[in-house]
Amino acid sequence: MTLSALQMIALGLLVLAIGLSTLRLLLGPTAADRVVAADTLAVITTAGLAGLASVFDNPIYLDIALVYGTLAFAGTVAIARALEGDRE
Amino acid sequence: MEDSLDTPALSWPHHIFIFGILLLLWMLLTGSLDAQELVAGAVVSLAVTLLFGERFAILTGFRFSWLAPLHILTYLGSFFIALLRANLDLAGRVLSPSLPINPALVEIRTRLKSPLGRLLLANTITLTPGTLTVDVDGDRLLVHWVYCPPGTDLQRATEQISAAFERRLSGFLI
Amino acid sequence: MNMVGDILLLIGCAFIALGALGLLRMPDVYNRLQAGTKSATLGTLAVLLGIGFHHPGWWAKLLVIAGFVLFTNPVGSSSIARAARKAGIKPRLLAGKVGTDS
Repeated sequence: MTLSALQMIALGLLVLAIGLSTLRLLLGPTAADRVVAADTLAVITTAGLAGLASVFDNPIYLDIALVYGTLAFAGTVAIARALEGDRE
Repeated sequence: MEDSLDTPALSWPHHIFIFGILLLLWMLLTGSLDAQELVAGAVVSLAVTLLFGERFAILTGFRFSWLAPLHILTYLGSFFIALLRANLDLAGRVLSPSLPINPALVEIRTRLKSPLGRLLLANTITLTPGTLTVDVDGDRLLVHWVYCPPGTDLQRATEQISAAFERRLSGFLI
Repeated sequence: MNMVGDILLLIGCAFIALGALGLLRMPDVYNRLQAGTKSATLGTLAVLLGIGFHHPGWWAKLLVIAGFVLFTNPVGSSSIARAARKAGIKPRLLAGKVGTDS
């Protein structure tokens, strides 16, 4: 399980992306901004889980990525619906 | 259902189409062409098609024809090019210190009639350069545009944002 | 072959990082959504393609994940945009509004 130089840089960029999105999650200012940040974080996590599958050479992480993506999508839509407030 | 969009009853070709898609998904998920897996997949797909077929009523928007696969391929090709262009465009804006944006909300009109067609058009608009679908209301889509050229009206906005993809989508969607 | 995969991984992660930077720099929800959605979608696709070069045997499941991300990402961001608009968050407009109001 050794990473090539390019993979290390890619990993660094992914960590940077997580850091920047988390900053937006904390800064807000509105609830919608936080949901956007959380949604982006979820997609980054999906990509990261697929990367873990490659690093550990274990395809079970791909199933985890798929299930995580499904749940995150359901969560995003549910929170968006809640944000809309009283509809009609 | 809150949606009042007309979704006609499913015909036999639609049921076979749904069954085929479910079986294909099963094969991709299991990743094997083993006879046992295939039989299990066929049983599950058949059960889901018979029990929940009506839930897939959105698929009635699909237009069956021999040319449909060709249209889908052309659409996918141009879509991926647009997605790449969208990202390069966005990268340029984000990296430039002055953050050159000129956002506007514009309304565009679509000729696609089926819910599936409108859904895919909305998705495509979201992933193409500088635009984001905010709401769909009947045949009108509300689009957020990051860099709207000054003096754009409904006609020209429709032309620039959606006309090309709408034409490609109407090759295989109603 | 591994080199191609690594470069794709790098490109994907670079796009994701640029999108996250846009998420931080853009002035309002709608612009942030644009930055987040487009780059995360293409970035994830590139990462998945890169992994496909490293492990060609996994193509089926990678294809399912790619199709899934491609379909759900824009739907999710459109529903957030719609929610933000219904919750009364005004977009910051410089060019003004075109077409009739609804």
